[in-house]
Amino acid sequence: MHRGTRRVLDDLSFAVEPARVTGLLGPSGGGKSTLIRAIVGTQAKVSGTLRVLGRPAGSAPLRSRVAYVTQSPSVYLDLTPRQNLDYYASVLGIPRKERPAHVERALAEVDLTSHADDLTGSTSGGQRSRVSLAVALLGAPQLLVLDEPTVGLDPVLRRDLWDLFHRLAESGTTLLVSSHVMDEAERCDHLLLLREGHLLAADTPENLRTRTNAPTVEDAFLALVDEASAHH
Amino acid sequence: MNVTRTLATARRVLRQLSHDPRTIALLLLVPVFLLVLLYYVFDADRRSFDGIGASLLGIFPLVTMFLVTSIATLRERTSGTLERLLSMPLAKADLIGGYALAFGLLAVVQAAVATGTAIWLLDLNMAGSPWLLLLVALLDALLGTALGLFVSAFAASEFQVVQFMPAVIFPQILLCGLFAPRGSMQPVLEAISNVLPMSYAVDGMNEVLRHTDLTGDYVRDLVVVLGSALLVLALGAATLRRRTV
Repeated sequence: MHRGTRRVLDDLSFAVEPARVTGLLGPSGGGKSTLIRAIVGTQAKVSGTLRVLGRPAGSAPLRSRVAYVTQSPSVYLDLTPRQNLDYYASVLGIPRKERPAHVERALAEVDLTSHADDLTGSTSGGQRSRVSLAVALLGAPQLLVLDEPTVGLDPVLRRDLWDLFHRLAESGTTLLVSSHVMDEAERCDHLLLLREGHLLAADTPENLRTRTNAPTVEDAFLALVDEASAHH
Repeated sequence: MNVTRTLATARRVLRQLSHDPRTIALLLLVPVFLLVLLYYVFDADRRSFDGIGASLLGIFPLVTMFLVTSIATLRERTSGTLERLLSMPLAKADLIGGYALAFGLLAVVQAAVATGTAIWLLDLNMAGSPWLLLLVALLDALLGTALGLFVSAFAASEFQVVQFMPAVIFPQILLCGLFAPRGSMQPVLEAISNVLPMSYAVDGMNEVLRHTDLTGDYVRDLVVVLGSALLVLALGAATLRRRTV
């Protein structure tokens, strides 16, 4: 896959397990966002086969089944969180009568009910990310793709969000969460380690640690990088 | 195209504006202020005010809607909301239709205030019906929206997008017949003015000014403005891509 003239992702092959939280981990600039954009179908110039929920990535029927949260919050700063959610809910085709209930539930899930009527532009960066995340929770998507959703959030909120991710997975949602913070890897059921456009590993955190004899996923990652460069 | 989604988009755009009362005030009051200014500029020559005033009533909606739309859609492109919307089940036509509806509504209010001021306060002598004037103003606004949407695809920042205003709009103002009759221009310029949509917007306004009845020229002007707006909207739609690099 190319972005500009640069080959960003090369020879990737992976599967994401349904109803699990899969972490897409790796340093910034390693191709995580490009891979995510390919999965949700907003990335141009993707070659090869990429099937999402049994259909080609980005095909029209997937648009209401896959939800995507970009790294920077994609919400309207000149609307309140509630107005943002109300608009996106109508775009998703949620009938008018059911909209308020969906909006309230999404607001509660990201703990924004008390700020629901403030102007989004006057809230903090963390709150804006949560508005953006709440939009993705509307309409109960089957696959939830989150690009660095916990950046800049306070530890308590981060923990709450990871609890939310696992609750969603338990109820059948498949989650793909990217992060460049390795300690978040421990919270995932399954990991994809991506570096410089190559997939270093795809396994559970436990297996990765055992295989590389490392105490943490971060050490496992380093061991895998060393192993890969030794092969070259 | 889906009616619910189009209406939801229009409502969202208007809600965004409602959080920005200063912009609304500027949109509605600046044309009035400029008309009053012009009225006193032509203090000694009231008949010239009629022609130029009517032309300006055609130019205001185009210019303001061009500015508002180009910045609004540029924001939509740069903030990631466009990418998000296009990854959802929203048709491009819903988005464009929503913008056109919201700004069209705003243009009707703006044109009503400006036309009302010109006719009742500033005694603009007009032979035709003010409703015909309002109709041209509405189509002009649609054209401005279309042009704004289109140029926003070629701007990477708000600095660039405001520069498109002198680049795209000013030549049309110079050539539309406001400063000199189009027939008296250098032939090449006259030919150019014949293919610029604003010329027809201003011609349409002048038809209403001079004739009591609906004229064939007026209908032609309306069709040209509407046709150009739809053409540019289609071009604008082509710049909205679901997949980007």
